Amino acid sequence: MTANEPAITPELIAQHGLKPDEYERIVALIGRAPSFTELGIFSAMWNEHCSYKSSKIHLRTLPTKAPWVIQGPGENAGVIDIGDGLAVVFKMESHNHPSYIEPYQGATTGVGGILRDVFTMGARPIACLNALSFGDPNNPRTRALVAGVVAGIGGYGNSFGVPTVGGELRFDRRYDGNILVNAMAVGIAETDKIFYSAASGVGMPIVYLGSKTGRDGIHGATMASAEFGADAEEKRPTVQVGDPFSEKLLLEACLEIMSKGCVIAIQDMGAAGLTCSAVEMGAKGDLGVTLDLDKVPCRETGMSAYEMMLSESQERMLMVLKPEKEAEAEAIFRKWGLDFAIVGETTPTMRFLVCHGGAVMADLPIKELGDEAPVYDRPSAPGQTQKIVDASDVVPPLPLADALETLIGAPDLCSRRWVWEQYDHIILGNTVQRPGGDAAVVRINEGPKGLALTADVTPRYCEADPFEGGKQAVAEAWRNLSAVGARPLALTDNLNFGNPERPEIMAQLIGCVRGIGAACRALDFPVVSGNVSLYNETKYVGEDFGRAILPTPTIGGVGLLEDFTRSMTLPFKAEGEAILLIGETRGWLGQSLYLRDICHREDGAPPPVDIEAERRHGDFVRALIRDGLATAVHDISDGGLLVALAEMAIASGIGAVLEAPAGIAAHAFWFGEDQARYLVTTKNADLVAQRAKSAAVPLRRLGATGGNVLALAGERLLSVDDLKHRFEAWLPTYMAGAA
Amino acid sequence: MKSAVIVFPGINREQDMARALRLVSGREPKMVWHADTALPAGTDLVVIPGGFSYGDYLRCGAIAARAPVMDAVRAFVAKGGLLLAVCNGFQIACEAGLLPGVLMRNAQLRFICRDVHLRVERSDTVFTRGYNAGQVIRVPVAHGEGNYIADGETIARLEGEGRVLFRYASPDGMIDPNWNHNGAMNAIAGIINERGNVLGMMPHPENHVEASMGRTDGRGLFAGLVDHFKLAA
Repeated sequence: MTANEPAITPELIAQHGLKPDEYERIVALIGRAPSFTELGIFSAMWNEHCSYKSSKIHLRTLPTKAPWVIQGPGENAGVIDIGDGLAVVFKMESHNHPSYIEPYQGATTGVGGILRDVFTMGARPIACLNALSFGDPNNPRTRALVAGVVAGIGGYGNSFGVPTVGGELRFDRRYDGNILVNAMAVGIAETDKIFYSAASGVGMPIVYLGSKTGRDGIHGATMASAEFGADAEEKRPTVQVGDPFSEKLLLEACLEIMSKGCVIAIQDMGAAGLTCSAVEMGAKGDLGVTLDLDKVPCRETGMSAYEMMLSESQERMLMVLKPEKEAEAEAIFRKWGLDFAIVGETTPTMRFLVCHGGAVMADLPIKELGDEAPVYDRPSAPGQTQKIVDASDVVPPLPLADALETLIGAPDLCSRRWVWEQYDHIILGNTVQRPGGDAAVVRINEGPKGLALTADVTPRYCEADPFEGGKQAVAEAWRNLSAVGARPLALTDNLNFGNPERPEIMAQLIGCVRGIGAACRALDFPVVSGNVSLYNETKYVGEDFGRAILPTPTIGGVGLLEDFTRSMTLPFKAEGEAILLIGETRGWLGQSLYLRDICHREDGAPPPVDIEAERRHGDFVRALIRDGLATAVHDISDGGLLVALAEMAIASGIGAVLEAPAGIAAHAFWFGEDQARYLVTTKNADLVAQRAKSAAVPLRRLGATGGNVLALAGERLLSVDDLKHRFEAWLPTYMAGAA
Repeated sequence: MKSAVIVFPGINREQDMARALRLVSGREPKMVWHADTALPAGTDLVVIPGGFSYGDYLRCGAIAARAPVMDAVRAFVAKGGLLLAVCNGFQIACEAGLLPGVLMRNAQLRFICRDVHLRVERSDTVFTRGYNAGQVIRVPVAHGEGNYIADGETIARLEGEGRVLFRYASPDGMIDPNWNHNGAMNAIAGIINERGNVLGMMPHPENHVEASMGRTDGRGLFAGLVDHFKLAA
């Protein structure tokens, strides 16, 4: 059965990313040495990307249930109930390694993959978000990577026809050799028309849909499960090429056959392509699968079984069809000009049988392929606890006004307009709040309901204290949703870390997951889908250890607005309104951007997250919005209070007169990054203050809106126009090659 | 007003357009597939909406211009029927020879999605009767190739015959390179054909028709067309 296939050698096993003991496990499982094709199949199923072998035992600790959760992790995407017979289907996924090697195509296929995950479940995608981390702006590669990734995300989403409504972008030298591209897609389905991947029924036809199979992306998932060496450039052929046009057709064709009741089960061909999708459909349904590769539509001639099984060609689906609907389903796919081929059937044997050219190329136990993948409880070694930075030990190197001018135009705080203007963020005509606010808001169908969407994490907090950092990522996503008036419902997580075989990296992963779990439980904000991306590190020539990224567990949050017309925005609305600070300010400078970008210190414990306070303050702000008592709301995060105020002023063109309290160092008060805080403007300051008092929510009156300058007591006046110019200037100037 | 929206594979703003037509005219438009060879009987207005027909592969609009349904569209236009061609539709209309000129890549070589201001140049056309001449409206653009270019003679004719209906402008209606985001010649955002029954424009009036979504500046175009057919009836 191994005609014309290479012999299995230790080198070949190592090239497949399998450790010697993992290979022994395969031999024990099947009672013989695997064929070349079988080795490829095992490497595809057992790599980190597909098997979650290093993270599985930790992910199990995350809360995944709530009364509104229809489907938690384990399917193509998570599903939550939003009433009216509708469900939100969403997930975030990384495409980090491919995007570093080939930024445009890496990013496009990341977007394409996550969109397929969503529409595979019967949902029409209504919005995309992304979270991007790049290296130091001064790194000569950074500019081209930003340009390529942003163009790629836009190139795919714009053509596919889904608005890209939000996200985040950061720069840090720790991503120099490993950028992060996390893409999130959100769709709407009817709760009684959700499609799953588990096959059912013996002898049912398995249909191949979409684009043809080529030699692109072979071993993409294995590549994504290893650190980069100096040869990263040579991995370009493992990156797939995206075709948004085909995906748009695939979307319409899939939704059409689903609406006609043709589908028993459906699974997109993502990582590890045909292998992973066929095995998952069979294994989940307790059925065997037989594939006849002679029937697979191929882009080129002479492809081997090995190549077909491992190709990651894009825009493909595998479906178990109701046999009586075959002609109808095929006609729909032909209408859309897509390939439709019956390539196999379900069997009662529990075997995964792959035939090609009259020979059996693989004959493996289907359940064990997935279930018996190794699971590791890898050793961990937490890093040193960071000391709390005392504000009185931080001498302000600049006057407050100068510091604000610097921060508002800094790479991590300046306007992201240059990015999101390259994304069609209004197509479908339902974008209520465009990018640039705390959360994007999209109308659902014709309303009145709306969804609030956000993606967030603060990696420098996660590195300094993984547990608090994990909590903070969840709390911040929850706060972003609350700040627009939405009730946070659920989240998807995209856990990006370095090499899990290093105990210090494993400790980051474990700590962040524990923190995420703690915050999710306390906020009734369950995890319904997610993705883990490990080995985000690069080993340079002459160095013993790889350089890892900052731990970056991106949180994608979804919240519900009962009436989209009542969503809250952050610009000041009128002059003469009171500016209120909700939440307690201790002046926490550790890990703040003030400390990093103004004082050039990257030390200290990150701000602790008091989840009970988060909940109390968020509920309070949401009630203010609901009762029409707030005119503008902004969550306080990176850069602290004064940066948040400046953003509200810049977005409106209206200034403010502000006063700092006595008894706290001014730079710590204005730039500290204490959590659980919001800025609120109101016409009813006394009423809001009364409500805060009875709800035990700390509230402080900071001043009032008005004029065209920010006037801080004792500081030089800052023109809002000038701040706006600084805010808007950095990114376009940098991208034009002049910064 | 009975409208028909042409759908090529890869078109993706057909639902935005259908919603605008439904909201303003009170009538659901008919969707017409690219492989069809006839328009619905009694069609008053044909719309080619935005998107990426055939992936914009080869050249924007080039493949769509040769699709089977375009023969029916050409015949409809030849008989004086009204055609509204937006964004990719504008590119298709140019490729199909229904309008002069071509849409090149944006001067900055990037896709741009933002609200822009348009100066309405004339109010005495069927497409702009819902506006006043000189009025400035704010509508979104979302395109990578919207940079209108034609030879000198064509531009002179367009200008001489008053066939430029919309220009990119500053919020107070001044023509200024800083407000011409894609570098179009003479800040041209929308033109009509010689007979005045075909309008091609890059911006998306269909995305600004609902007060609850923020702005209604695009409504005038559709409302004017509805009025036209009411008066004609």
